Amino acid sequence: MKQICLYFQVHQPFRLKSYRFFDIGTGAGYWDDHKNRNVLEKVAEKCYLRANNVLHDLIREYGSRFKVSFSISGTALDQFEQYAPGVLDSFKALAHTGSVEFLAETHAHSLSSIICPEEFSSQVSSHAARIEEVFGQKPSVFRNTELIYSDEIGDMVFDLGFKGMLAEGAVKTLGWRSPNFVYSNARHPELKLLLKNFRLSDDIAFRFSDQNWSAWPLTADKFTAWLNSIPKEDEIVNLFMDYETFGEHQWDGSGIFEFLRNLPENIFRQGGFEFATPSEAISRLQPVGIVRMEEPVSWADEERDLSAWLGNDIQNDAFQSLYRLKHLVKLCRDPQILKDWNYLQTSDHFYYMCTKYFADGDVHKYFNPYSSPYEAFINYMNVLADFELRLRRHVKALERSRARAGRRLRKSMASAVSQ
Amino acid sequence: MHVLMFGWEFPPYISGGLGTACYGLVSGLGANGVDITMIVPGKIENDERNRRRIVNAGSVDVDTYSDQYWKQMTRLKYIKVDSGLVPYTSPGGADILSTSIKQHSSGIGQATRFEFSGTYGRNLMQEVRNYALVGASVGSKLNFDVIHAHDWLTFPAGIEASIISGKPLIVHVHATEFDRSGEHINHDVFEIEKRGLEKADRVVAVSAYTKQMLIDHYGIESTKISIVHNAAMPLRDGTAPLQSQKKHDLKVVTYLGRITYQKGPEYFIDAAKKVSDEIPDAHFVMAGNGDTLLPMIERVARMRISSRFHFTGFLRSPETERLFGMSDVYVMPSVSEPFGIAPLEAAIMGVPVIISKQSGVSEILRNAIKVDYWDINALADSIISILRHKSLSDTCASNTSEDLRQITWEKAGLKVREIYNSVVKSKTL
Repeated sequence: MKQICLYFQVHQPFRLKSYRFFDIGTGAGYWDDHKNRNVLEKVAEKCYLRANNVLHDLIREYGSRFKVSFSISGTALDQFEQYAPGVLDSFKALAHTGSVEFLAETHAHSLSSIICPEEFSSQVSSHAARIEEVFGQKPSVFRNTELIYSDEIGDMVFDLGFKGMLAEGAVKTLGWRSPNFVYSNARHPELKLLLKNFRLSDDIAFRFSDQNWSAWPLTADKFTAWLNSIPKEDEIVNLFMDYETFGEHQWDGSGIFEFLRNLPENIFRQGGFEFATPSEAISRLQPVGIVRMEEPVSWADEERDLSAWLGNDIQNDAFQSLYRLKHLVKLCRDPQILKDWNYLQTSDHFYYMCTKYFADGDVHKYFNPYSSPYEAFINYMNVLADFELRLRRHVKALERSRARAGRRLRKSMASAVSQ
Repeated sequence: MHVLMFGWEFPPYISGGLGTACYGLVSGLGANGVDITMIVPGKIENDERNRRRIVNAGSVDVDTYSDQYWKQMTRLKYIKVDSGLVPYTSPGGADILSTSIKQHSSGIGQATRFEFSGTYGRNLMQEVRNYALVGASVGSKLNFDVIHAHDWLTFPAGIEASIISGKPLIVHVHATEFDRSGEHINHDVFEIEKRGLEKADRVVAVSAYTKQMLIDHYGIESTKISIVHNAAMPLRDGTAPLQSQKKHDLKVVTYLGRITYQKGPEYFIDAAKKVSDEIPDAHFVMAGNGDTLLPMIERVARMRISSRFHFTGFLRSPETERLFGMSDVYVMPSVSEPFGIAPLEAAIMGVPVIISKQSGVSEILRNAIKVDYWDINALADSIISILRHKSLSDTCASNTSEDLRQITWEKAGLKVREIYNSVVKSKTL
């Protein structure tokens, strides 16, 4: 029996307010509560609540035969708590069914894995702890922001105690090999890798409502036939996609919810596959080889690299400027500053600065609250300048109070001695 | 003395230094007892107070059925209306693609009124020609002693008014095509400039720097050109320097102006990098908009100094004032600057200024620090010195305000009034 593994990414960034040069030093809040609430409420209604209902019904109908997995970023969880507690309750209810696995990622959906191992591991630990607290499951499989993967990242993830990790299964990662097997990390064969079947995943995530696509309209029946036409020795099909595919990227009228509703039935009817969560998949299947990836790969764009976030000078300068502050953040004790530090790392901020498709506009534009990447950059840098000021003031104040405490201590010791 | 004046920009309808300078000069002339009728294209209300009358060019009737009109149209063929060229990039981010020109028949006899956007859009040449027709119309109807036209856009109007009225023409040069475009000039614009300079009875240049330009590039007689430097008006009432607007104690180095070749923004950035290496806490602000804004943002990012470098976009005057209030030094690294009024505005606010030697304003700001625009080391060195030594910064600022006391629009107005008197006298002789 082949395995089919469904994993959905749930993420929302905290978007920034318009922050002008004149605001630097005022310490005025950075986050556009109004916009963040509006977006979340809209997506909750169009996607999260509706899709969760469909999954609930499916689990009710098929019991433990039907399985899915989620990774929900920490920023998304924070937004659910603040703006839409009903969404969180609905995910919790899914967690209680026992058919849903929750994965670990970086709390801020950040790119810390490629620049700061220390920050990376602290974010992963805090996210894993949060997942356990909210959903009562300790994650054992990890997925990195945008499926970014390299040998080194796998190395860190192994050290953090994970048994498996998700990654992109494109040609760039695998060459001629098929993503339809379990592989392992080049440095630690114990760390198993589940690789995205990008063709079948993207048929749903990107092409589903494209009327110019020869396969349109895509039905669950047709898709299941494709699943069954893969080579018979293949062991697993990993369908990895954004959860917002359902009702947000592919709108309701496209039939995406019917597709989701009908998929399990078709799979059970045509036979050949059983559903597995990522941790079930890695315990059921043995790796057929190792994957060697010196440079990070991701699931984004044609290039499958980091160029959507760190492809130009403005992105790199902003990114480096942020992480240059890490040594000061380490000294920081202020919870609000630490929270802002976390949210400022969200990869979306750098994605908004992407100039790759600036000219023709495309999928990048859809997610971008700014009218130009330069505007996104200028705004981010103004916020960062204010953040740095606050951070430095705070650290200086800590040092002063520590010095005062030291003086008091010496004084009291001296007077004790002289008595 | 009554002057018929043509100006393309006038407050509150301005997008650059031209409008500011015209406004200053008009008030300076008013203080010297000169009456002015100013014709302005664009969306401006007709207005009359203290010796000056502002007339929207779109409110002037033009008789399109007279013989005169057809003669004027024939004469104005040198304005290449159909070229579709956009000689300016919009400085204030204004709409570059302005609406098409409209003509309204006023219904009385055969008169027509033209509609003006007054921007620097695609129909600029056509607006310049229509404005010249308006010039002829007011030239034939009004009583005045002399005509005064500011920059090339208004030269054809000045010429037409002069032909029809027989009154002397003064053209005032605030910037030449060479300042705006370097060596790659727009020849249609150049031709209009040259014709205006040649037809004028007297030319006023805003600096010796500009005067030399007119001699070298346009072949104008030195004796025909008078220099009248601009002055600056305080941005706010009461000239008390407005410090400590800052919400932090960081040093702020400011560039304010159009972000375009002529203004030398890349030299500011290159110097900023050097300063940043020495004084990592210094912050840099580039205020303004322009055709090279995006390449400049990329240049800053490439040097990895974005965390210390801020772009504000175009600022209106209250914000300009706020910015100067926060600035520790103002830098104008222009490659070619006929005058440059912004350093005066900065200096009035008590900000020490560094200006390029290739600017007209350097002729009158004796106590500003002056460097060649291309000399990045000298520029960086000056910025560092001002940031490090309060003594230098204070001395520069206080001596510059002393300079400024001598530089007033009233004095400039007096000079211009003398020029009016002399051309009127020689014309009537």
